[in-house]
Amino acid sequence: MTTSFKTEILTATHNFGTAPTRGTGVADTFKAALYLASASLGAGTTVYSSTGEVTGTNYTAGGVTVTNATAPTNSGTTAYWTPSASITYTNVTLSTSFDAVLIYNSSQTNKAVSVHTFGAQTITAGTFTLVMPTNAAGTALLNIA
Amino acid sequence: MALVNTTKGEMEESLLEKKEGTVDNDNETVLWTEYWLDGELVHRSVHMTLKKFNLMGEAVAASF
Repeated sequence: MTTSFKTEILTATHNFGTAPTRGTGVADTFKAALYLASASLGAGTTVYSSTGEVTGTNYTAGGVTVTNATAPTNSGTTAYWTPSASITYTNVTLSTSFDAVLIYNSSQTNKAVSVHTFGAQTITAGTFTLVMPTNAAGTALLNIA
Repeated sequence: MALVNTTKGEMEESLLEKKEGTVDNDNETVLWTEYWLDGELVHRSVHMTLKKFNLMGEAVAASF
């Protein structure tokens, strides 16, 4: 999770659910962009950038929309949220190794939420599927404990 | 017959050499599938299952 996001939680910049924090009753749209192994992402990342993002056949800059059908909830003292479906990049060719995905809020000027790294991958005329972890305290994609 | 999307268009799976592999660690389980044609990689897909992610603090840029 990025440092900026921690602060933005407190200012209701992000709204994963439909609580009337800003009166819209509509959850924000979150997206997932892939980044090259050579890119530098981390706590200092505040916003989506195309710098270091993967490029390739059938990959659109900015990535794909994250399915958000499950509102945040909590268990004990831990609040948590996980996308409600896998993040999938279909029929892409990504020839240069990538090892990170940035989750960001496209409804709020592309502000960064979290950066996740994994073993470097390439895709050739294929599909890259990121299956989400179990949506529970301690295992969800985002936990605030 | 199953068709596989490749760099050369859709091809019959039986015409291709299939390779599969897995990687399993604390952060992720990866199943990759490749198809080769005459020594050329024409398809590679990756199915990555994320195991967990904890946040608020140290886990910035943490592995899945």
